[in-house]
Amino acid sequence: MKFLEKIVKKNAPKFAKGGKLEKWYPLYETLSTFAFTPNHTTKRGAHIRDGVDLKRTMMTVIIALIPALLFGIYNAGHWDLAVELGNRDLPFWADQGEKIFRGLMIVLPMIVVSYGVGLGMEFIFAMRAGHGLHEGFLVSGMLIPLIMPADVPLWMVGVATAFAVVIGKEIFGGTGMNILNIALTARAFLFFAYPTSMSGDKVWMSGLEDKQALAEKSDAVAQQMDGFSGATALGDAASFMSDKMTVAGTEVTSDAAVSAFESTYSQMDAFIGMIPGSIGETSVIAILIGAALLLFTGVGSLRIMASFFAGGWLMGVVLNAVGGNPYFDLAAEYHLLIGGFAFGAVFMATDPVTAAQTGVGKLIYGFFGGVIAILIRVLNPAYPEGVMLAILFMNVMAPIIDHYVIQANVKRRMKRLKTA
Amino acid sequence: MSEVAEKTKAPRESLFSKKNRKLVTDPLTDNNPITIQVLGICSALAITVQVEQAFWMSVSVLFVLVLGNMVISMLRNLIPSRIRIIVQLVVVASLVIIVDLMLAAFVPDVSEKLSVFVGLIITNCIIMGRFEAFAMGNKVGPSLMDGLGNSFGYAWILILVAFVRELFGSGTLWGQPIFGDYIEGNGLYSIGYVNNNMMILPPMALIIVGVIIWVQRSRNKALIEDH
Repeated sequence: MKFLEKIVKKNAPKFAKGGKLEKWYPLYETLSTFAFTPNHTTKRGAHIRDGVDLKRTMMTVIIALIPALLFGIYNAGHWDLAVELGNRDLPFWADQGEKIFRGLMIVLPMIVVSYGVGLGMEFIFAMRAGHGLHEGFLVSGMLIPLIMPADVPLWMVGVATAFAVVIGKEIFGGTGMNILNIALTARAFLFFAYPTSMSGDKVWMSGLEDKQALAEKSDAVAQQMDGFSGATALGDAASFMSDKMTVAGTEVTSDAAVSAFESTYSQMDAFIGMIPGSIGETSVIAILIGAALLLFTGVGSLRIMASFFAGGWLMGVVLNAVGGNPYFDLAAEYHLLIGGFAFGAVFMATDPVTAAQTGVGKLIYGFFGGVIAILIRVLNPAYPEGVMLAILFMNVMAPIIDHYVIQANVKRRMKRLKTA
Repeated sequence: MSEVAEKTKAPRESLFSKKNRKLVTDPLTDNNPITIQVLGICSALAITVQVEQAFWMSVSVLFVLVLGNMVISMLRNLIPSRIRIIVQLVVVASLVIIVDLMLAAFVPDVSEKLSVFVGLIITNCIIMGRFEAFAMGNKVGPSLMDGLGNSFGYAWILILVAFVRELFGSGTLWGQPIFGDYIEGNGLYSIGYVNNNMMILPPMALIIVGVIIWVQRSRNKALIEDH
């Protein structure tokens, strides 16, 4: 460490004002603060001194994401192998080595592209503004690959990241000024721009689209892939709202739909994450480990997470009470286990920049986020997953919620003042 | 004799004097009706999916705005101020009907695509705005120049937005394929390029206009507001 510190100190004058490499000061500042905590402090106003700065907050979130990332790598590898063998019922915990290798080959390039493009864009803007690179992208860059389908082309990840960083963040003034969650902006962009690569039955398992194209040419492959479906739990559940109900590729009647669904995607499987889906979203248990770390360190808000789950569960109960259709009849707790609900509640909705800031506001924000997520998911067959749109919608609403919470508080205190 | 007589009159301004030329050039950049005044946004959203539509829309607005400005300017001393909006609407409406019928007669397929949006030129804020703000108080010559300037300012933004949206949204320009055939999958499509569906959706028009405004404001510091 001493050696590193010496290099940083020695090169400082070169990057200072008037130095030879003045133009590259942002790069220097970024790298030096990455290695060492800067010693400059807030000078004016009352403030609490704390060793935790933005970089360390972001690192906490990244560490919290690691369980979901590791499970996502294994899961992506599992389904890749399942496609290769044409066997959807492949045992989950066998062939670990090959699955991990395949998973890494899918997920690592996405992470590299996401960080490369995102940090590149951030760096261009940081150079223009003449400040160090902001840390905001550290988390977004990890979140973006985790909410992508396994089969998405890398260039799309790059385009979406660039769009999200420039249009979603930099034009509003950079880190901490964005209205919408960056990672979800990237996903929403892809969802609307390239719908065939972001939704449907073919994109959740790596290599499935190519394999199915091959099946049309070769009889042997066609025989192997006969009856193989790449559908996700959400895709199947969404089909319950249409005329043709399917579970994992087989057609079912409306009476048998729920039981077929429960046997294909058991609650335990969904909880552990042994179902197809976006890379990081499937394993609720891995996400909950991350959530525990976020709550323990105080980085994530318990109010938002809890009210988000509560809102989703209550909406599920309301739908159960209405009933009359297999999707409405699906147990309320199922909704919290499948799709990106848990991931969205823990890592997306709690984004401190775009969430509501007031205590009561956080409860309202989370609750309606959960309600709207399930509402979109069940009632709008065009959007099998509503969590992304629900959180983006609540991001837009958050300042209004805060405004009215504060106004209500002001009114209440004014009243007390008058009566006293 | 004639020379003496002319000197007593107010000096006649040439149609291309510096002041009049400014009427044309100003709305192109620093006072652009779309990017600075943020008027006429609805049509910018609706008809910029293809360059061809945007072009004919611009031509229609050019026709209506230039002629309308001149007519209103000629009538400006006769119009009672209480009913001036109604008179302006009558002028716009008649011009729009002419444009609509002309488009239907000569470019029927474009006219079909533009459908209701030609009729909606009547409610285009740029047109009513120029009538109120300029033609009601200026002579015919400057009104002509003002109409030209504003419709060119409108046109270039519209065509630029349409260029981006058609190129990336459909892979074509003026209906001609640029990146190869999408359905057959040759050209760029054979290596995995896919058209960006978001470009066809209206929000993208707003985002592109927003980016143009961003570039414009960062280049011209005079446009940045103080807080």
